[in-house]
Amino acid sequence: MSNFKVSFRENNNVHVMDLKGYLDAHTTPHLEEAFEKLIAEKKYNILVNCKDLSYISSAGLGVFMAYIEDVRMNKGDIKLSNMSPKVFNIFDLLGFPMLYEIFKDENEAVKKFEAKS
Amino acid sequence: MRKKSSHKNELRLRIVSTTEELLHVRKFVSGAAKQFGFNDDEINNIALAVDEACTNIIRHAYDYAEDQEITIVVTMNKSEFQVQIVDHGRRFDPEHVRMPDMKEYLSHYKRGGLGMYLMKKLMDKVEYSIQPKHNVVRLTKYLH
Repeated sequence: MSNFKVSFRENNNVHVMDLKGYLDAHTTPHLEEAFEKLIAEKKYNILVNCKDLSYISSAGLGVFMAYIEDVRMNKGDIKLSNMSPKVFNIFDLLGFPMLYEIFKDENEAVKKFEAKS
Repeated sequence: MRKKSSHKNELRLRIVSTTEELLHVRKFVSGAAKQFGFNDDEINNIALAVDEACTNIIRHAYDYAEDQEITIVVTMNKSEFQVQIVDHGRRFDPEHVRMPDMKEYLSHYKRGGLGMYLMKKLMDKVEYSIQPKHNVVRLTKYLH
């Protein structure tokens, strides 16, 4: 039984991944597969909606680091949205807001992608 | 195989060295931290620090071998909440680990090596002790 799930959808040409559950060293391979799927399909405008993400450890944060360079080299971006304060605190503690744009609301992030294209 | 035991102010959990156990480790430590009187933020921080310590052991001390053992011992005294994580894997010398400069780390798109950094940020004290037959990481948090 996995306690982490990724699902895909689109919002105005932005590829949204909805994360649900607990992202730790056990479940990170699911997120890696999800990024690899999008990148293989040349989908580089990626928004990670964290509304239902209950937990993240450094193993999970490492996944975002693993793909950001590749995505940006292809003129895309990984943006994040809808984090609970608990999850945001961990991103913030490690200074991730310096490298990733984190939005309160998904549509704000989608607008930012649209403004760039 | 997972084994739980308790004695006076001490709670003990023995797990096999798989990442699948991390969820149970967090539940176990959160339960103890709650019982001790920590608030939700503190409970989350302690559980994350212990997750990071166990993940490091599974990765680095045991190289992902799944048949090894990790023991987590929680001791609660007055205002001190201490979690000891014991393994019998490869010796680990914390002196050789440089704490990352996060600005530099992020600007170079690095990956990994954040566990120890997080543990130090989240806990009041992080100590390592290398014994002839086992390694111990001791994480301490004080109840204010």
